[in-house]
Amino acid sequence: MAADVRVTSATPPGIGAAGAPPGTGAAGAPPGTGAPLGERLTSAFLVVPGVAWLIVFFVLPLALIFLVSLGSTDALDRVVFDRLSLDNYVRAFDPAFLPTFLNSLRYATATTVLSLAIGYPIAYWISRYGGRHKALLLILVMLPFWTSYLIRTYAWMIILRDNGVANALLQAVGLTNEPIILLNTDFSVILGMTYGFLPFAILPLFVTIDRLDPALVAAARDLYASGRQAFLHVTIPLTMPGIVAATILTFIPAIGDFVTPDLLGGAETTTIAKVVQEVFLEGRDWPYGAALGFVLMLITLGGTIIALRPLRQEVVGG
Amino acid sequence: MTGRNRWLGGFAVLIYGFLFAPIAVLIVFSFNDSKRNFVWKGFTLDWYPTVFGNEDLIGALFVTLRVAAVAVAVATVLGTLLGLALARRRFRGRAATETLLLVPMVTPEIVMGLSLLIFFFQLFDARGSFAQLALAHATFCISYVAIVVRARAAGMDPRLEEAARDLGASALGAFRYVTLPLILPAIVSGALLAFALSFDDYVVSTFNAGVGSSTLPLYIYGKIKFGVTPEINAISTIIVAVTAVVILAAWRIGDRRERSEPRSGR
Repeated sequence: MAADVRVTSATPPGIGAAGAPPGTGAAGAPPGTGAPLGERLTSAFLVVPGVAWLIVFFVLPLALIFLVSLGSTDALDRVVFDRLSLDNYVRAFDPAFLPTFLNSLRYATATTVLSLAIGYPIAYWISRYGGRHKALLLILVMLPFWTSYLIRTYAWMIILRDNGVANALLQAVGLTNEPIILLNTDFSVILGMTYGFLPFAILPLFVTIDRLDPALVAAARDLYASGRQAFLHVTIPLTMPGIVAATILTFIPAIGDFVTPDLLGGAETTTIAKVVQEVFLEGRDWPYGAALGFVLMLITLGGTIIALRPLRQEVVGG
Repeated sequence: MTGRNRWLGGFAVLIYGFLFAPIAVLIVFSFNDSKRNFVWKGFTLDWYPTVFGNEDLIGALFVTLRVAAVAVAVATVLGTLLGLALARRRFRGRAATETLLLVPMVTPEIVMGLSLLIFFFQLFDARGSFAQLALAHATFCISYVAIVVRARAAGMDPRLEEAARDLGASALGAFRYVTLPLILPAIVSGALLAFALSFDDYVVSTFNAGVGSSTLPLYIYGKIKFGVTPEINAISTIIVAVTAVVILAAWRIGDRRERSEPRSGR
């Protein structure tokens, strides 16, 4: 069930899910266990092709990453498995590599915090004051999501360059005479990521805030809670599933993103994802790249499981 | 309350501005009469004909569309079947199937991209091709279609299909004439979503495209990184315009459909 919250939230509006009534995840009247052969064959027909595809093209390749990460390379940079070891993981956690790790975590954390801080008020505003235009306001939030991530990042390059739009504006207003360096800084990377992943935060937040019965907040007020107390002790806890989903949905793409650090961060900004991409596209030392990729995967999965745990207890308990 | 409302409203306007400003800048600069992109020199329409005269760019566009066509077809069929199964059926391994659908959605794209690169190279000695690219795209699209279809099918009253059966429809007939029309908007939405994901993908493509199967995002990336031309603004503007029209249209159709349909428990 916990998974349901995340997934329906991940679906952009106008894509069917937005209109589905809440709490129907387990609807339908599935045939009882011990179903007749015909029923079982139908189930198999529905399930087997997709599952088989995902096992071959998703699970197996992931297993291969792990296998390759235990291998090493020969003189021709080919992957060999004559001596399996964890050496590549030791290298991945080498202190010299620590700044890269920290960069990735820093960018992803800042992006997540900013997206929540900006996304929550916006989602709240759409839900409470959107009126008839709720759907349209939500579509407008999601519209940038639908336009190529690459193109949106590029647009920020035009804006943030030394002789770009932002500097032209600042100079026109008289705030500065010299161009301020905006591109290829931490600022530009975090700005680009927040811009790119903000819609992922707004959508799940909106879903939970919109589902919250305003009568509960009114009841808290009747019982002499201040507006702030009602918000902290009623609204926030009840919308926690949305906050958790928003956190996961921004943190994951942010930590795996190499487009933004590459285009808005310049040559000197390194992140795990950027190093992985370099290792593979330059065709050298795949085992090392595979180990880094596997670590990235573990961070992501670990984060998801930890973030979902309180949610699951809450949902299953209730 | 109104004071807070106004404060929040102002903030919302600001954020909507933030969301759309870069796209507006991009569009404006696609009409900029300057080779160097960053200074406004005057209005021109010249960059649009240049886009269509650029063979590399048009070639990349067609690769992108062909990859998307294959990926959408595969993902829509497999995803719809899985979505239906999860919404309507109880079967062994159901929880595992759910997890199998979710994990690709939370896997960083870069990990998925490199895992497929390793898979195709180690097992088939393949270093990127059209087929490899299409298979890779289909793989990351399946989950999204399945989730969308499942949400819709779960919201559908199962009694509708039972009623059709009671009235003498075969299982297949009930599906064909009752269930399918009801979940069709979700299938179309899922397919559109898959198309958008595939059309837009850069990360997975960069690991799995081969010589001659370079897609539009790969082409654009190369141009952005090494010397910008205003052509890129023009093609970007076209892509943005097409996507916006398609999404708004899909939203309106979906919205109208939903209101006129029966719902479970209502």
